[in-house]
Amino acid sequence: MFALLHDLLIAPFADFEFMRRALVGSVVLALAGAPIGVFLMLRRMSLTGDAMAHAILPGAALGYLVAGLSLPAMTIGGLAAGVLVALAAGAVARASVLREDTTLAAFYLTSLALGVVIVSMEGSNVDLLHVLFGSVLALDDAALTLIGGIATLTLVTLAAIFRPLVTDSVDPVFLRSLGGFGAPVHMTFMALVVMNLVGGFLALGTLLSVGMMMLPAASARLWTDDLTALLALAVPIGAVAAVSGLIAAYHLSLPAGPAIVLAAAVLYVLSLAFGRRGLLAARFGRRHLEA
Amino acid sequence: MTNAVEIRDLTLGYDRHPAVHHLDGAIPQGSLTAIVGPNGAGKSTLVKGIAGVLRPIGGSIRLVDCETRDVAHLPQTAEIDRSFPITVFDFVALGLWRRIGAFGGLGRSERVRVGEAIAAVGLDGFEARPIGTLSGGQMQRTLFARLILQDAALILLDEPFNAVDGRTVDDLLGLVRRWHGEGRTVIAVLHDLELVRRVFPQTLVIAREPVAWGATAEVVTTEVLARARRMIEAFDLGAPVCARSAA
Repeated sequence: MFALLHDLLIAPFADFEFMRRALVGSVVLALAGAPIGVFLMLRRMSLTGDAMAHAILPGAALGYLVAGLSLPAMTIGGLAAGVLVALAAGAVARASVLREDTTLAAFYLTSLALGVVIVSMEGSNVDLLHVLFGSVLALDDAALTLIGGIATLTLVTLAAIFRPLVTDSVDPVFLRSLGGFGAPVHMTFMALVVMNLVGGFLALGTLLSVGMMMLPAASARLWTDDLTALLALAVPIGAVAAVSGLIAAYHLSLPAGPAIVLAAAVLYVLSLAFGRRGLLAARFGRRHLEA
Repeated sequence: MTNAVEIRDLTLGYDRHPAVHHLDGAIPQGSLTAIVGPNGAGKSTLVKGIAGVLRPIGGSIRLVDCETRDVAHLPQTAEIDRSFPITVFDFVALGLWRRIGAFGGLGRSERVRVGEAIAAVGLDGFEARPIGTLSGGQMQRTLFARLILQDAALILLDEPFNAVDGRTVDDLLGLVRRWHGEGRTVIAVLHDLELVRRVFPQTLVIAREPVAWGATAEVVTTEVLARARRMIEAFDLGAPVCARSAA
């Protein structure tokens, strides 16, 4: 029995270094990505993460074009493209009649198209797949350091801007009345989103990295109405998804990145069904109270 | 008596169309002023101007001894995300922002003050409730509790009693009277003229243009209000440039 469990759960990581690296990388991604996802969800920006992930592509592709599969070049390129699109979308929304969702759509689609053109100019389709879906099983020291650094910076920054961020989410007019907080908080948060997407895209690719943010957040929301609990719950959900996804990928020979996101999706469906605020509780909930 | 707000030849508007046109006057410190007028008269616009949310397109607003960020402003349609998982206690505690800042913690004395503010608006026992579970009147009480903690010298209320039942209006009016008694300057946009006559000593009647401003008994009259109604002209896309701004 123990031998079986060992073979199933421990052996993949004990036997192969690339699995251990993937484990560290994906769990650390969940550590910072899940809280970011919680705030994206509460700020009704669940799809913004996805848009930003697309926006990162041309920067990473340019980096790839200039320096090949080089981590610093692709990271800097991705960060630059993401921050540029976020800033431009925010600035244009403030200065024109267009709302931020519209300006963001305009900028990220432009960015995405540019990215695909850049990738097709030089690389083969295999490279494109690499950029789009990442390579969690090929994380080297530099990539792990980057992911760890991003997670650390994210958690420290989130702690520092927690009160303004919560206030901006629940009552933005009030925060503005306090003078000068609104726009900087939003921009700082967007920068964190971009950073985490770049960290995630090394492992999961530009498209799937959003999965590690949004699925744990959505799952946690189905269990609790309390913000602190929500943040505390989303992280372990993300970590469990990372570990179980890697194990499933190993035994079933699945691509690791999608397997992790699918594991998160399974947790989401379970939460949707059995969560305290899930479908079954709503359908067969306890009887109503006196007052 | 010193003034809390001084307004000179003020024009506020949207996309060059004036919503408040050439307003002159002052609001004395410690006064209790109602702003009344027909729909579209520029009442909310004026309040936003005083709160510093909207920049004048002509003239000026000067806050005396007070910075814009020290003004407590209750907007008409508070853009509050009621689905956000935050409790009444935490929400009301935001009123202490000026005192504890963006990073400071809530000490024991602050927690007591938050509790007192919640009690003052009659929401004892609601501390742990998420704001999403409150009724309209309870939410308005919650916002007043936050105003109490803001401890501002100048308080702006934009239609604070809309869609609120009589008992809640009475309770919240008690707070407005208390603030007046404490020497704070309170400005409120209101529609209920009977209430204005009963509680507010000063009234400004506007209809884009200033109509009348002064003691409520002299200003809130049938004749003045009829004049205000007549003065609201249709929004004209092709309106010429205002001749008075050339001067």
